[in-house]
Amino acid sequence: MSDQPLHNTAQFSTPAEPPLIEPGYTFASVTDKISVIVLRKGTPRGWWVGLLISFSLVSLLLYAVSYLLIAGVGIWGINIPVGWGFAITNFVWWIGIGHAGTLISAILLLLHQEWRTSINRFAEAMTLFAVACAGLFPLLHMGRPWFFYWMFPYPNTMKIWPQFRSPLIWDVFAVSTYFTVSLLFWYVGLVPDMATLRDRSASRFGRIAYGVLAMGWRGSAYHWRRYEVAYLILAGLATPLVVSVHTVVSFDFAVANVPGWHSTIFPPYFVAGAIYSGFAMVLILAIPLRAFYGLEDFITQRHLENMGKIMLATGLIVGYGYFMEAFMAWYGGNQYDLYMAINRALGPYWPAYWALLACNVVAPQVLWFKRARSHVAVLFVVACIVLVGMWLERFVIIVTSLHRDYLPSSWGMYSPTFWDWATFLGSIGLFFSLLFLFVRFLPMISISEMRTLLPDANAEQAAEIKSDLTKLP
Amino acid sequence: MSSMNYSFNQPSAADAVQRLTARSGKEYWRGLEEFVETESFQELIRSQFPEHAAQWSNALTRRQFLCLMGASLALAGVAGCSPQPPVGKIMPYVRQPEGMTLGKPQFYATAMDRGGVATGLLVKSHEGRPTKVEGNPNHPASLGATDVFAQATLLGLYDPDRSQSITYLGQPRGWSSAQLALRKALEAIRKNNGRGLRILTETISSPTLADQLAGQRKGSVAREFPEAKWYQYEPTHGDARLAGARLAFGEDIDTVYNFFAAEVIVSLDADFLAFPAAGLRYTRDFMNRRAAARDAKIITSNETTQSGMNRLYVAECMPTITGSVADHKLPLRPSEIQNLARALAAELGTADIQPPEPLAESRKKWVAAVAKDLQRHRGSSIVISGNGQPPIVHALAHAMNNVLGNVGRTVRYIEPIEARPTEQSGELRALGQEMQAGNVQLLLILAGNPVFTTPADLEFEKHLQNVPLRVHLGLYTDETAAQCHWHIPEAHFLESWSDARTFDGSVSIIQPLIAPLYGGRSAHEVLSALVEEAERPGHELVRSYWRKNWPRKSNATDFDWQWEKSLHDGMIAETAFAPKQGLKLRLDWDKPTAARSTSTNSLGASQTSANSAQPASEPLEIVFQPDPTVFDGRFANNGWLQELPKPITKLTWDNAAFVSPALAEKLGLSQTFGSSGGEHGEALVDVVELTLHGRTLEAPIWILPGHADDCVTVHYGYGRTLAGKVGSGVGFNAYQLRTSEALNFGTGLTIRKLDKRFTLACTQMHHSMEGRAPVREGSFDEFVANPQFLEARETEEHRRFQRELVPGRGAESKLAEASDADGGSKPEQSKLDSRLQPLSLYPEYDYGPPKNKWGMSIDLTKCTGCSACVIACQAENNIPVVGKTEVTRGREMHWVRVDRYYKGDSENPATYFQPVPCMQCENAPCELVCPVGATVHSADGLNDMVYNRCVGTRYCSNNCPYKVRRFNFFEYADFHTESLKAGRNPEVTIRSRGVMEKCTYCVQRIRAGQIQAELAGRSIRDGDVETACQQACPARAIVFGDMNDTGSEVAKQKAEPLNYGLLAELNTRPRTTYVASLRNPNPELEST
Repeated sequence: MSDQPLHNTAQFSTPAEPPLIEPGYTFASVTDKISVIVLRKGTPRGWWVGLLISFSLVSLLLYAVSYLLIAGVGIWGINIPVGWGFAITNFVWWIGIGHAGTLISAILLLLHQEWRTSINRFAEAMTLFAVACAGLFPLLHMGRPWFFYWMFPYPNTMKIWPQFRSPLIWDVFAVSTYFTVSLLFWYVGLVPDMATLRDRSASRFGRIAYGVLAMGWRGSAYHWRRYEVAYLILAGLATPLVVSVHTVVSFDFAVANVPGWHSTIFPPYFVAGAIYSGFAMVLILAIPLRAFYGLEDFITQRHLENMGKIMLATGLIVGYGYFMEAFMAWYGGNQYDLYMAINRALGPYWPAYWALLACNVVAPQVLWFKRARSHVAVLFVVACIVLVGMWLERFVIIVTSLHRDYLPSSWGMYSPTFWDWATFLGSIGLFFSLLFLFVRFLPMISISEMRTLLPDANAEQAAEIKSDLTKLP
Repeated sequence: MSSMNYSFNQPSAADAVQRLTARSGKEYWRGLEEFVETESFQELIRSQFPEHAAQWSNALTRRQFLCLMGASLALAGVAGCSPQPPVGKIMPYVRQPEGMTLGKPQFYATAMDRGGVATGLLVKSHEGRPTKVEGNPNHPASLGATDVFAQATLLGLYDPDRSQSITYLGQPRGWSSAQLALRKALEAIRKNNGRGLRILTETISSPTLADQLAGQRKGSVAREFPEAKWYQYEPTHGDARLAGARLAFGEDIDTVYNFFAAEVIVSLDADFLAFPAAGLRYTRDFMNRRAAARDAKIITSNETTQSGMNRLYVAECMPTITGSVADHKLPLRPSEIQNLARALAAELGTADIQPPEPLAESRKKWVAAVAKDLQRHRGSSIVISGNGQPPIVHALAHAMNNVLGNVGRTVRYIEPIEARPTEQSGELRALGQEMQAGNVQLLLILAGNPVFTTPADLEFEKHLQNVPLRVHLGLYTDETAAQCHWHIPEAHFLESWSDARTFDGSVSIIQPLIAPLYGGRSAHEVLSALVEEAERPGHELVRSYWRKNWPRKSNATDFDWQWEKSLHDGMIAETAFAPKQGLKLRLDWDKPTAARSTSTNSLGASQTSANSAQPASEPLEIVFQPDPTVFDGRFANNGWLQELPKPITKLTWDNAAFVSPALAEKLGLSQTFGSSGGEHGEALVDVVELTLHGRTLEAPIWILPGHADDCVTVHYGYGRTLAGKVGSGVGFNAYQLRTSEALNFGTGLTIRKLDKRFTLACTQMHHSMEGRAPVREGSFDEFVANPQFLEARETEEHRRFQRELVPGRGAESKLAEASDADGGSKPEQSKLDSRLQPLSLYPEYDYGPPKNKWGMSIDLTKCTGCSACVIACQAENNIPVVGKTEVTRGREMHWVRVDRYYKGDSENPATYFQPVPCMQCENAPCELVCPVGATVHSADGLNDMVYNRCVGTRYCSNNCPYKVRRFNFFEYADFHTESLKAGRNPEVTIRSRGVMEKCTYCVQRIRAGQIQAELAGRSIRDGDVETACQQACPARAIVFGDMNDTGSEVAKQKAEPLNYGLLAELNTRPRTTYVASLRNPNPELEST
């Protein structure tokens, strides 16, 4: 064993790398800076404008969903060759976006990537909201959504169980487990901060509300110790889920026999795609947030750059996936697969396919350049393009595969209706509304964890660890 | 009176009910009391309840009667859902115990009259409600099959839009007041010997009705009103057919063909597989002959002994189902057919025929080859001409049949089956002139819709206004009813007694299954009520006619027995006409000097120079045909027929102006598929303005491969304005261009492309098989040379594909070929489609006996694409109609669809049909993916759908390679219309919204058959269970049964080398398999 501290090695060993937190902060100033966003009186006008726009989209969603429940899924553009349209596209897209949070929280935690600290809180929140949005769609896309509970293996008088061979049942388990663990993980991480807010809140209501959420946190060493253990256990639990959720979602397609779906490459390539879109979404949220709330000192250039690198890496994996799909269609010698590949590129939906390649494969190539990576606007634009591209990817996989499958007599087309768009945009509205509420009422950056990044904390911690080590036989 | 201007409001029964119910309790009864005092009510009582008439002087019984009346008025509103048994004794067909067992359907034989020809039917009745129409196996025109119209007539019976009350100027009236008023008017006319009385009917073959109209007995129109005239008009009538026979033989005759005995058939624009008269029978005969040859059996019929496959040549303009199954099809403008017929006749050596005009080289070759083929099959060939052709073509066909010695072998001549054969367009013109001149005092229109269907130049509607009293009997308050003073609701044929002749002359008694739902009356009853001294019910009218005119001498008791037997059988035995003897072909009708028949003049001999292509500026030819689904317009309000994809075009809910791809290119017309539904739904087409002799019409175009060039086909029957909720305002009215000079086709059409697009609902715009061979096809010669030729060809195709695709695969596949070549070591199994063999790591589920292993085999050689199966399935399984918009979105609900593919160039492609029901895969991909187990396998191997377990994820549909699953995107089923509820099959669930559904192999019939067998203590036999599609199929192309029973027809078909599974390479192991399509092209014409 060396004397090297377990944490924050990067910060000290490679001073050339920009710090994760700008110098000059103390424990108190970090706490002030983050908690004031929640606790201050009066809300910035920009927040109101943002919430208003998002909430009007939520209203659109409510309107669309009400009509959907009254009339039926026929209000969407789906039909017989194309039984799944926007709803499942949106589902897969949102689930994908929901991957970054847990990846950042859990996997990067386990891999000791300290730079995750300033972004993990809102990335986790984003995960929850994205999974919530995703969860809406499988529910709404059902012909008879009021019987959704038939998907669960609950004991019933008819002794009927779900059909466990169906990937949709696996989905139910995968997504609900993922949501639960993500929620717990997020909440456990919030507890010390809740206590901070409880202690600092000026209003009685705030004190009570944050007090309840803080669950009696007093910051004792016992608390901290159990907290850290619980947090690590949850991280361990969440890690396989990051891989499993999108793997299972990809089974929805891979298990089916539709040309363009039935492919073993789907699980890894879906997971990569999910991380890809997740990080794009984190960037899209982080860049305006740090500007708006002046958090550049916490969410630094280095964070953005790192996320840019991850996007580039996952983007390349996704690009490889596209290439392999096309290659296997040719090399496999199956005429249906071959036709599918040609139809994607040259069929009626060709613009979607080429747009997807441009968005997901071409656009992120600028991230090879450090100047581009460190340019906030470029990153923001690339992230937006990637999100569009990833949505298109799911659309292309679902619609172009289904619309021309085996029998030419049954080939058809799908085009979204107003209600498809309303539900899609509405879900984006829901996502952002939840996010606006989150940044207003909860600390968007983990105060307690941020404090560990400070040199003071590190000195203490290093000393602690050293003393721990000396105790070892 | 003629100057009076009536405002014809839409009569509505709802109005009457509303007015009655608007009165509050007390007033209501007072109103009734008052009503009772009126003369018309007294008359009603006398006529309807003669036994009670006397009681009306007695106050006490009158009070009782008022109670009764009150109750019946109250119940009148629910008449639609409380059907009563019809008046008169009817006979159940099947071996049923006496009386009715609740829940057990009964079958009654009856017949459907369309265009004056009867098709025998068996109608299934559940507790007195007709629920399904099936063919009568004993009837020569049906042989157990039905066409789409007979299937869909069930919906027509329960149509809530049918007229429900007698109206005078749109206001509801009672029957008695109508009877009184009309009798009064007739009394006045009777004084003039009936001058001024005109009766217009459709084509009548009913002996009873003919007797009522023209019979010389007391109470007949002819006797009571000697100077009255009876006219017939039917838009689809074949005037030319009769005129052609007169030309050739000098007398009126009908022709009956024996397609089973025919080896070579030449159709001159004759869609004989879809003839209203005998299309079903001809389809059966033709296809039986075709398949029998394939099955390598020697055919022994009465006339000849033959072997080898029959061969069909068709020259036609608009592609029809007949042309689509032809071995050689020649797209020709209708006007060119005459010259082709002449050339063929000349080639065959028919004497005294005007020489044809010179033909193009390719056609000459065609004619020579066809003539040679015909001559090789003297006595076993048929030349048949179409109704749309002028008389001269019919005469030429007769001449050719004579010279080929077919008469008495494949062709026989009989008395016309029409009660009074006549040239109907001439009659209509005469009637128009009479009306114009004011000679008509009372016009009685007994069924038909002449205001809508008559040629535009006769201005029937205008002249009709000159008639002071106009009476219309019809099922709907249609365009004609709106122009008549009186409208009387007609009884549907399932509600009334009648009779009609079938194509060979035999008589069917039309017996009702239900009392009139809306109080309708048959033409028999209306005539009786107006003309006879005492009104008689339909049953008595028909029965008394036959009591007098029973074909064999018999005493009265004998008659009762025979009458009941004929009701049971569905036809009167031995009424078929004997072949007419002593007919001699005249030789003077087509002398080179003779003037051609006037009706051909506009068809233009000058037009027939076949080889000269017309420049675009030159006028084109237009063809008028009845629509394949709504016919002449009478079925316009039938949702099943509206939504049925038309056999070739796959259009629904609209008609179109059909043009060939070449003409479309020349005129710059285009059609594209829209973004919703696309190839399977929305078609965006150009709209054109058709101008014919000063009349114009806007119509959407449809580019149809195989259509003749330089001509446009329009289907009449669409564009109804008063059809009802379903059919009004759908399509365009082609009658507006149809004139009496050009009833079937004419020249001088000009087309102008308008700057408009129109959306059509088409269920299959994609023509090509994309190199996938869902339909496997080949020629008879190939089959004879190597019965396994398809398998060999498939393998070769696959290897070629692989070789070309991946260069490295060449060696591999060569190796495989080499091993094939030297070994011949394939197991015996390889005779069958090897892809259907099990391919799994897991042990197979045992479907072996004593279980049943249900399977279906569809013979693509036999399928004509007529789509009777589609409607039969719809009726049997309560499949909803979704409407045009939903069809454009690709959401039609038919459980079995008929796919249509083209092969070859678009000018004259080969057409193939493939009915696709659920494949009932043993490894069903749908079952695997359903999250709630709503689609599961039964022990006998059915892929069952559990509607009430379905949550509607549609995953099963996505994963179905055949795309046979149908989803209730909305609440398509009509849960609200009372009258429709009665017509549903009580054995099949009505599906709610959000639920997937699909073909079940008619599982309700399977279970019923199993129960029946179990009760009888035996195992189920082949033929015990017939699916609805199988039953309706006129060609018997669909075979269903137990594959465990090695003797069953389905097991035999599945053992044939041509049997293959659709997409079986996916290892779905479909239970529905296909027998590849075989055609028999003439080697001399291979290039055509």
